[in-house]
Amino acid sequence: MPELLSYLTMGLYFGGTFLFLLYLWHRSDVISKISVVATGLGFVSHTSGLIIAMVSTGHVPIMTFKDAMSFFAWGLVLVFLLVGLKRGLEVLGAFILPLAFLSLVSATLAPQSAGSLAPVFQTVWVHVTLSILGTIGFAVAFVAGLMYVMQERLLKSKQFNVLAFKLPPLDFLDSLNQRSILFGFPLLTLGILTGAVSAQLTIGSYLSWNSEQIWALITWFFYFAVLMGRVTAGWRAKKAAYLTIVGFAGVILTFIGILIKSPQPMSPL
Amino acid sequence: MNIIVLGLNHRTASVELRELLAIQDSRMGEALGRLMAYSGIKEAMYLGTCNRVEVYAVVEKGERGFRQLEDFLVSTHFSLSSEDLLPHLYRYSDDEAIAHLFRVSASLDSMVVGEPQVLGQVKEAYELALTHRSSGVILNKVVKKAISVGKSVRTNTRIGEYAVSVSYAAVELAKKVFSNLKQRVVLLVGAGEMGKLAAQHLVNQGVKEVLITNRNHHRAFSLAERFHGEAVPYEQLRSTLPKVDIVICATGAPHYVITKDDIEMAVYHRMNRPMFLIDITVPRNIDPAVKDVDNAYVFDIDDLKAHVGHNQEERLKEAETAEHMVREEVGSMVAWVRGLEATPTIVALRKKAEEIKQGELEKVFGRLGELSPKERAAIEGLASAIVNKLLHGPVVTLKSEAQSQNGFAFIEAARRFFELREREIHSGEVPLLEDETGDFVSEETLQKKDGV
Repeated sequence: MPELLSYLTMGLYFGGTFLFLLYLWHRSDVISKISVVATGLGFVSHTSGLIIAMVSTGHVPIMTFKDAMSFFAWGLVLVFLLVGLKRGLEVLGAFILPLAFLSLVSATLAPQSAGSLAPVFQTVWVHVTLSILGTIGFAVAFVAGLMYVMQERLLKSKQFNVLAFKLPPLDFLDSLNQRSILFGFPLLTLGILTGAVSAQLTIGSYLSWNSEQIWALITWFFYFAVLMGRVTAGWRAKKAAYLTIVGFAGVILTFIGILIKSPQPMSPL
Repeated sequence: MNIIVLGLNHRTASVELRELLAIQDSRMGEALGRLMAYSGIKEAMYLGTCNRVEVYAVVEKGERGFRQLEDFLVSTHFSLSSEDLLPHLYRYSDDEAIAHLFRVSASLDSMVVGEPQVLGQVKEAYELALTHRSSGVILNKVVKKAISVGKSVRTNTRIGEYAVSVSYAAVELAKKVFSNLKQRVVLLVGAGEMGKLAAQHLVNQGVKEVLITNRNHHRAFSLAERFHGEAVPYEQLRSTLPKVDIVICATGAPHYVITKDDIEMAVYHRMNRPMFLIDITVPRNIDPAVKDVDNAYVFDIDDLKAHVGHNQEERLKEAETAEHMVREEVGSMVAWVRGLEATPTIVALRKKAEEIKQGELEKVFGRLGELSPKERAAIEGLASAIVNKLLHGPVVTLKSEAQSQNGFAFIEAARRFFELREREIHSGEVPLLEDETGDFVSEETLQKKDGV
């Protein structure tokens, strides 16, 4: 049953991704309606799978790399359904859905055991959940930044094509960018803190200076700087967009690093 | 005699070139004087709008006239050579020239088909020509007719309903930068017609505040009243920029009013909050280099044109109806103009006199009964002598005055005195409208009708 649901989810997300990308270049609104339906159905099936897993394990299923990526994808689609549909911005789907779909695919391609967390401490899942939720915030900021850069270039080069017509206004994208970081940053902070506490309780030290921890701290400082820069140095608009794109590239590299370097069960932060 | 037009528009030339040819109202007298100084140019009108620069003229010889108008345009700006200009120029003469003016005035030749500004701009151009006495009998008639055609197209077709004007396009673009215009502050620089329209559109969108600045502070005040905004002294333009999100520039100044440095400073003080700038006039008032400033988005009239490209389909349908109306009016106008040639007028005059003479003779012969051939000849001779002697003066005057500066006025007067209609002067050559009354409306009615 969970297997079937995960394939169904992936299929529906693929359909949604494909149609949303098609929608970017076509004037027809029918395409976006169909893709919203596909995405919605995918989300229902995705949620069902998560609930089934939750009932059987007693917590959010995130203890393997695959589960974590699946949860990440679920959160992204949820954000799209909440923000995109509420604001009538189906175009968000063309950016968020591919990301969600790719996360699911990478989760499937990775070996089942990759990055599995040793359940060294009972509440380690709290730390992971918070970190993933924070990452979702940064992912949305990345999407907003990407859309900002595209819209900015279209406006500067004065190309008033279908894409420019569909992309949201610049100030909306900038504020989505800021809000996403404001959402992600506290969660990442809490994630790191709970990780540190877990580590203290299990191995007796808050920090063991391994590469994942260093990257997590770098990420934390980076987004802290982005938030501060906006207030103090005017790092907004175009600059903020580029920064969040670069920042998220860093986050992805961290993930890949975790995956490649630790085929064995990963130690908690 | 030919009516000719030489010009370039948004389809044939870039805004950079068009703005070089722009002539300010204050210098129009000198420019029109320069035009009229060419020998052979009898009447002239300069029409400069955001989308076009055109010179209309009534000349003796078409070919020579075109060369003179070219020379005039080239010498409008010191940096121009005829090689730069010639590839962008279009030339129309007679029927085509009249048709072109009618289409322009009916907003069929506009970048945004159906936009309402061009009619007013034709009127202004005509008024300037009147003021500087470069318009005469022919242009008076043709341009007035063009204006009334423009009006009737406006009222009788739905072309204006679809007229997504250029200023509206400006608002649409602003919404690509700012999602909610209600929190935005707008600065209107200058008091150009298009600028005011754009500002009005933004006010309709409920912008938070409108600031107005103008070199003439009094004018800024009256505009501020109209928009319920605030007048800012022109000297404070630079220091005001950081406060505003949207700038509309329409001053009619021949130089840049807002430079790249100004905007760089403004964006810096705004801590990179985006700025949206619209430069609605030709020549441009905002340095195009502003586009290189991060977070500043500047659009000139050509960019707006590109943006309104879509959504034109429906307007085009209405435009077809309008085209039809224009064609009909052109027909009767062309007939009138052709009638202004001296020879056909004289021929028509003689023909009319001959018809009257014959008619009266038949009546008299009918009443008198049997007459000897000698008596008949005497009566016929009497009639011919009266007609010929009566016509001698007018015909000689027409022949001699036709070549003079006021020649058309004499011909037109003759046509009115003797009630010669186009049909009589130029029978059969041009299809005429059923309703010809429009051509014989008195000047007063015409003025009232046109609101000129």
